[in-house]
Formats: sequence, C-alpha cells, structure tokens
Amino acid sequence: MTVGRGNVVALSTSPSPGAIEPTQVTPAPSPLRLALRKTVEAMGRPATELIDEIGQLGLFCLDVLFWLPRRPFRWGQLARHLRDIGFGSLFIVALTGVFTGLAFGFQSLQGFRRFGAEALVGPTTMLGLVRELGPVLTGLMVAGRSGSGMATELGTMRVTEQIDALSTMAVEPVQYLVVPRAIAATLMMPFLTVVFCAAGYGGCYLMAVLREGVDPGVFLYETWQALDPDDFYEGWIKGAVFGLQIALIASWQGFRASGGARGVGEAATRTVVIANVCILVSTYLLAEILDPLIHSWIRFDALGK
Amino acid sequence: MTTQVVKPPETARTGDHPPLAGPDFALRVVDLKKRFGARQVIKGMSVDVPRGSILVILGGSGMGKSVLMKHMIGLLKPDAGAVIVDGQDITRLKPLELKQTRGKFGMVFQNGALFDSMSNWENVAFPLREHRKDLKGAALDARVRELFKVFSLDPDAIGPRSPSEVSGGQRKRVALARAVALEPQIVLYDEPTTGLDPITTDQVDEMILAAKHKLGVTSIVISHDIASAFKIADDIIFVYDGEIVCRGLKSAMLASEHPFVQRFFATWKEKNV
Repeated sequence: MTVGRGNVVALSTSPSPGAIEPTQVTPAPSPLRLALRKTVEAMGRPATELIDEIGQLGLFCLDVLFWLPRRPFRWGQLARHLRDIGFGSLFIVALTGVFTGLAFGFQSLQGFRRFGAEALVGPTTMLGLVRELGPVLTGLMVAGRSGSGMATELGTMRVTEQIDALSTMAVEPVQYLVVPRAIAATLMMPFLTVVFCAAGYGGCYLMAVLREGVDPGVFLYETWQALDPDDFYEGWIKGAVFGLQIALIASWQGFRASGGARGVGEAATRTVVIANVCILVSTYLLAEILDPLIHSWIRFDALGK
Repeated sequence: MTTQVVKPPETARTGDHPPLAGPDFALRVVDLKKRFGARQVIKGMSVDVPRGSILVILGGSGMGKSVLMKHMIGLLKPDAGAVIVDGQDITRLKPLELKQTRGKFGMVFQNGALFDSMSNWENVAFPLREHRKDLKGAALDARVRELFKVFSLDPDAIGPRSPSEVSGGQRKRVALARAVALEPQIVLYDEPTTGLDPITTDQVDEMILAAKHKLGVTSIVISHDIASAFKIADDIIFVYDGEIVCRGLKSAMLASEHPFVQRFFATWKEKNV
C-alpha cells in the first residue's frame, strides 16, 4: 500500500479488514438523572469529608501516641506550656468562676426560697460546679484562650515552613511541638478546674451569705455534709480529658494549616469550634461512663475495708 | 503488536565544565511520581547527584521543583519511585530510621524558616543543642560564633536579635549557618537568592561554592536566578509540568528546543548573549 503525503491512514485491529464495526454511542444522561446525581453527591460529600477528617485526626493521635514515650523528653518545652496553659489562663478562669458562682447562687436562691430551703444553695452550687460546670466552662475558656493560641502558633510555623525545618534538622515535629502541649494541657486542666470551682464557690458565698443573708455556718456545713470525694474525681478526670482534647485538636488544626494568614486564622477558628463541640458532647458521654465506674469502685473499696 | 519503550534521553553533559569523575552518587532519584488529588505533580523524574557536586533545579513556579526537593529529604512520600541516599531508599524507611537519615541533610528554605520564638543565636545553636550534646556553654558559643563569622555575620550585633529584626539577606545567611551547623553531607537550598540584592546574591553563591570546595558538601539548589545557576552549577535540570525537559549546562539550556525553556531563557539571552 502506498501512502501519499497528506493522506490519513486509520489502523484497525478488527479481524476482517473489510468488516465495519458498529459504532457504540453512549446515550447522554437525562437532566433529571444528572440533577439527582448532583443532589446525592452534594448530600454525601459532607459525610465523606467528615469521615476523612475523623480518620486524619485518628492518625494524628496515633502519631502523638507513638512519639509520647520516646526520648528525648522535652522538659523545657513542657515547663513552658505548663506555664502558658496553667498560669496564663489562671486569671480568666478565676474571673469566669466567680461570676458563674454569683449567677448560679443568685438563681438557685430564687428557686430554693419558694420551698424555704436556702441552706441548700451552697451544696447545690458546689455539686454543679465540681461535677459539670467547672470542667466544662474551664474547658471552653482554655479552648478559647490556649487552644486558639496553640493553633495560631503551630499554623504560623506550618505556613512559614518552620515545622518542615524541624524535620530537616532530624527533630520530630510531633515529639517536639505536640507531645509537650498535650501533656501540659492534660495536667493543667484539673488544676484550673479546681481554681474555677473554688472561685465559683467563693462567688456563691458572696451572693448567698453577704448579700442575701444566708447563715455562713449553715452554708458551709451543708456543703461539707452533701459532698463526696467521688464528686471531685469526676470533675478532675473530665478536666484532664478536655485538656487532652483541646491540645490534640489545636495541634492537628495548626499542623494542617495552609494558605498564609487566612489559613492560620481559619485553623484557630476551627479549633475553638471543634474543641467546644467536643467538650459539650463528651461531658455527657463521660458522665454516663464515669459515674457508674467511680461509684462501683467506691463500693468495692468500702467492701474491702 | 510490539510495544515501544521510550527511554529518557541520555543526560549528556554538554559541558562548560568537565564531567565529574566516578559513579559515587550522594543522592539518586529514580522514576519518582507524585499526585496531589487529581493533579499529577511529578510524572516520573529521575536524576543522579554525584557526591560533592552542585545540582541546580530550574523551572517556572508551580512546576514541581519544591515537591521534588521535599521528596529528596523525605518530607513527602512518593506514590511511586525511589530516593536513594548512600545506597538506602529513604522512601521506605520507618519514622525513626528516617529521622536518623535526615542528619545527613541540611536545608535552607525560601524565607529562611527561622524559628521566630528564638533569637538568631539560638536558631544557629538549635541543631547543635539537639545533636551535639558534647557542645555546651563556652564551646557551644564558640561554635555558633564561628558559624556566624563564616557567613559574614557579626555574632554580637545579629545574634541576640530575633529573625524579624534583621534584613532579608542577614536572615538568609543565618539560615545558611543553621543548615551547615552539623556539617551535613547534602545541603538543599530552596531559592536561596530570591529577593536579595545583587551583592548579597553573589555572596550566597560564593558560600555555596565555598561549602563545596572547602567542606565537600553536595548541594542541590532550586533557583530562578539564571546567572547564579550558570555560575555555581555542575549540572542543571529544567523542570516543566512535573518532568525534566532539559538537562546539562549553559549550552544545553540555551540550545534547548522546548518552547518553555526557550521562553525562560529568552530575556536572559537578549541581555547576555
């Protein structure tokens, strides 16, 4: 066969050169089908993205767990974060504690007066603070202050390649940056919860005793009588769990920040939103888990004695 | 039916420099591929870097140069291919092994990537504190001062200040001092002369050459600076759309028939040739 310049020759792999293969035309999908497909995709996308995010956070937590027991331990970094998270948040936590106690005491008094049970203001407020309000509101405060700060610092380090620089110097970023923050937040949150509860109880005392005239002896005695040690355990454990949650979420958001100042800002915002939602969801779940656990342990302990 | 395998062209050194002797490679990249989402960022790159040489990576923005460099030091995992450092494929190393291998590298980032929570002195001292436990107190201070002086920095004036309080050129030199503090075998530079004045650019070029000649360091440099590239390179690769489209030295680059390479060098040619 001679092929002249400019001719187009089609090469076929069909068994018989003379046969003409039927042309397969795929019918165009109908507009209704397209619209349906788009709707299903739009509904499914957030769900797949959520699963993806949870998976990434899970892998990040495993990474933290992997580097947690490995040397070198960053004592200097740990001390810095203990100071930043603990003492840095002390004033704001104490302030919110006092005003929460004042408000709680004021509203409780209005209710208890109807039954002539003003003496129960102290124990009710303290019980609410140590078991629920203390760790939750402290967590929300620390997420807003320290969590957003962590996300901003780590996000800036990410977008300015400082985290990559650590890796190139054979320093593991998760070990150097995340592990000390996670330990510090876990240790400091129970301490801050105690500060919040003490400040809240002080606020309630001011409201009930100094303003509303409840007898101070009755106020303190009723509180002493009503509270058990296990009420405190639950609050401390919750505080520690919330601290760990805040540190991990903030570090994860900071590590995946991209796109300059805007990306860093978004990381900080997402940290506060996700951490607050996690605290509020997990406080209920922890109450369901911890309450029977602590009570069964105390019963077991009493039986042993 | 026969399948024709298209081999990449031989990387002949159309050189203005003599070819580097011996097959002793500090780093080899073998058929590297990487995809981010739907986009194939690296489409099968292979490159060998002989020990003690300077490889310059040229190319437009967003063509895959920095991604290639991040693979070279193990900051990214490829979808396929290998990065061989001292006979070891670093893409298959476990986290702890990779951490040890990174001790062979130093890297200078585009904007320095100095830790802004530390002073310049602390930045240079950081890798020494991490990996040279024998250096403490006066010995550490002496070593940091020595590094400052190597890169023409006044340790008393620049050292105590934070990275944001010094000029861009000084910041880059502090980053260089930090990168070579542990005397690495391989130093990677991500656009080391971008944004610098011609005098400082020349100083940085001289420092890269000095690291090669005095310390035997292998250097891999990403650059947009054509004059710098021609001055320091033992080998140049031109990256376009995730592929190496041209390799060689000045004459190979200027003689390339690839349209993007021609456009890249057009302005420089007009001024210099």
